[in-house]
Amino acid sequence: MDEKVQNTLLEIADDELILGWRDSEWTGIAPLLEEDVAFSSIAQNEIGHARALYELVARERGTTADALAFDRSPDEYRCAPIVELRLLDWAQTIARHYLYEEADAIRLERLKQSDDSEIAGLAAKIDREEAYHRIHAQMWFDRLQGEPRFAAALDELRPQTAALLDPELRGEHTSELPELWEEMTMVRRSQPAGTKW
Amino acid sequence: MIYEVFRQERKGQPLQHAGSVEAADDHFADVYAREQYGRRGESTALWIVPRSAVIEIHEFVDELNRNYHRVDGYPLKEKLKEARDRAVSAKSAGALSAGKG
Repeated sequence: MDEKVQNTLLEIADDELILGWRDSEWTGIAPLLEEDVAFSSIAQNEIGHARALYELVARERGTTADALAFDRSPDEYRCAPIVELRLLDWAQTIARHYLYEEADAIRLERLKQSDDSEIAGLAAKIDREEAYHRIHAQMWFDRLQGEPRFAAALDELRPQTAALLDPELRGEHTSELPELWEEMTMVRRSQPAGTKW
Repeated sequence: MIYEVFRQERKGQPLQHAGSVEAADDHFADVYAREQYGRRGESTALWIVPRSAVIEIHEFVDELNRNYHRVDGYPLKEKLKEARDRAVSAKSAGALSAGKG
């Protein structure tokens, strides 16, 4: 697996991990109890996808998925800025969810064409789970379209989705990433490196 | 809107009421019911019904006290006891009259 492919997988894995983290912040405070459960489930899936992708890269590099997920410094992550944003408004969160799933569908389709059968196989598995995410996002889109706050959120976030599909547009991180990384890695860093969890 | 959810444990089993979900429309109800009652592969089928479609029945008319409709309304033990008591008293009455003749 060449360097370029590894980096592509890391981009997607980092997107899924960070977005999963942000989505999970809604657990307990989503607008509806049922939505709380559904959205938490989606967040969990995303982190699961990240893990599976990290494991592929980790094998190539002689490291572990955990190390890739948590032991890099914030500027070493390859995620797109849009997933780092802490969106406090449900309209914005669901708008990002919709736009992200749109872009993710395209790049998963590309990955399914990979010559590497393991990558293609994993992409197919992830894609099947993402089908549920897309149904969920479309459902919200159908319900909220025309609503001013949702429309405004889509307009505001859409330009930032380009980086999801074009690695050239990645590299810069938002000022929110360091604080997110602090929280996300706090438990892991509370114990010495090499601790078995 | 409230939707009542019924789930089937195994193929062939009757569906049983499992709970309810609150949802904006049928589509949301479908997604939420799957999440709440089907995520762990615990059901072979789900039925989702708007609460408004449910017809509730709580009162049953039994003006003439027709307890013979009910399984517990015709107590066989009691009837048998009454019949035995009648038979015993008839027998002893017969014995008395037989003894006289």
